[in-house]
Amino acid sequence: MVGVFNGVVASITLRAAFGRRRALIFALPPLILILVTLVLKAARPPGTPWPGRILGDFGFSVILPLTALIIGTSVLGAEIDDGSIVHLLATPVRRSSVIVTKFCVGAALTMAFVAVPELIAGMIATGGAGRLAFGLFVGALAGSVIYNALFVMLSVLTTRAIAVGLLYVLIWEAVLGNFVSGARLLSVEQYSLGIANSIARYSALNAGLSLSTALIMGVIVTAATLVLATRRLSEFSLKGDAV
Amino acid sequence: MTTIELRNVSRWYGNVVAVNDITMTIGPGVTGLLGPNGAGKSTLLHLIAGFLPPSRGTLTIGTAAAWRNPEIYRTVGLVPERDSVYAFLTGAEFVRATARLHQLADPQAATRRAIAIVDMADAQERKISTYSKGMRQRIKVAAALVHDPEVLLLDEPFNGMDPRQRLHMIDLLTKLGAEGRTILLSSHILEEVERLAGTIQVIVSGRLAASGDFRAIRRLMTSRPHVFLVRTSDDRMLGSALIGSPAVTGVELTRGGLQVRASDYGRFSRELAAVARDRDIRLRELLPEDESLESVFAYLVES
Repeated sequence: MVGVFNGVVASITLRAAFGRRRALIFALPPLILILVTLVLKAARPPGTPWPGRILGDFGFSVILPLTALIIGTSVLGAEIDDGSIVHLLATPVRRSSVIVTKFCVGAALTMAFVAVPELIAGMIATGGAGRLAFGLFVGALAGSVIYNALFVMLSVLTTRAIAVGLLYVLIWEAVLGNFVSGARLLSVEQYSLGIANSIARYSALNAGLSLSTALIMGVIVTAATLVLATRRLSEFSLKGDAV
Repeated sequence: MTTIELRNVSRWYGNVVAVNDITMTIGPGVTGLLGPNGAGKSTLLHLIAGFLPPSRGTLTIGTAAAWRNPEIYRTVGLVPERDSVYAFLTGAEFVRATARLHQLADPQAATRRAIAIVDMADAQERKISTYSKGMRQRIKVAAALVHDPEVLLLDEPFNGMDPRQRLHMIDLLTKLGAEGRTILLSSHILEEVERLAGTIQVIVSGRLAASGDFRAIRRLMTSRPHVFLVRTSDDRMLGSALIGSPAVTGVELTRGGLQVRASDYGRFSRELAAVARDRDIRLRELLPEDESLESVFAYLVES
């Protein structure tokens, strides 16, 4: 992996991510998560296991996938949309290197903007760095990786990556994943929760997959999406005159 | 010295044929790729640049296929038409990043040299978002030249440039072509191509309509009479004498002189001096009126 990572591509990608107002957008959801946690901690709602509902349901089904969607589709998709990607591709840099580097930058940004706030929110909710906080952190780290692989691939496959990504998150994961057990096998949210719950052991997280299933599927999905993204980027083409 | 070879190259999108069975060789020097809007110029340039696969036929740069071969960019520099460039970078950062992506031994020196070639040293530390269109074009050219490529592909390079910048670009490309590089530029600004390109490739409706030196192409177009403007000491007498020649299809007295339409270029060239001498008419000036690239191009597009 280290040999495929390109520092120049990473630098340009980071500059692009923080140079646009989009950087404000992907800082917003985790701020909301921490604020909501602070409010609930202060309000101390009796009875309900609210850390699991907020940090698990809200954190893993809304904050994590949506932030990853914004980041994952922008690290490469924005350059494809405005055509500036041509300047990068008109060099001898391997397409696999472009994909892996942008995926790594996207995953790192998502970890910083989601996994770390999940840890902070978990510590606030439980009053310390216990199993729940740490489990949520590790689960969010895994989710950052897998979601970014998926959304980077989408941004190469289609110009409507955000729309397709939203359909996946809101329909496939949020709706079907809760009612159809087979759908969980293709749910990145469930992989993340399965990994989180293996550490947290918190029933309110509603994790539907075991650790081994979550890990295996997570690795398969990450690898397959990156391979597909590389193949498609290798076939990137510019249309001609009036076509 | 690198040659670009196309053999029976076609490219279609469903029922739309954008490029139709083109065979051509582009060698060292400057070649102009001309055609009306929608003719297939950009499609052809993208095929050559490796950003589009041919639907049929073969396309090589040197001995290597262009499609799905990032290694060709070690010898190819591309200046795309689209204005999009990493606007958040300064000009120097953009060119230096390109130099590093090419894994050049000394990216800093290569960047300085490339920026100097396009005369952008004064603006290199400004963000590209603050550049005019002409400045963006020049910084794109710098990035395309930073690795000293043998082949340079430019899609509408004069877009957005003022006359001074155009002259500078013409001088630059002329110099690069004289160094033995293979330069292909697509343009609809005929005056610039006329001054710059030794060879033209004219694309009309996806087909190669003509190829070669545009003056030679004009002479080969025997179905079209050549038009000359002749200024003499007695235009009327010369006109009445020339109309009797089988090589002349028409004469017209104009304010600027005698306009002669000659169907046989060679015979007319030989007869004109003899006819003038026999009638004691002094020839002051003889100008071809349709040997410009624009007229050649117009003929080819109409036919």
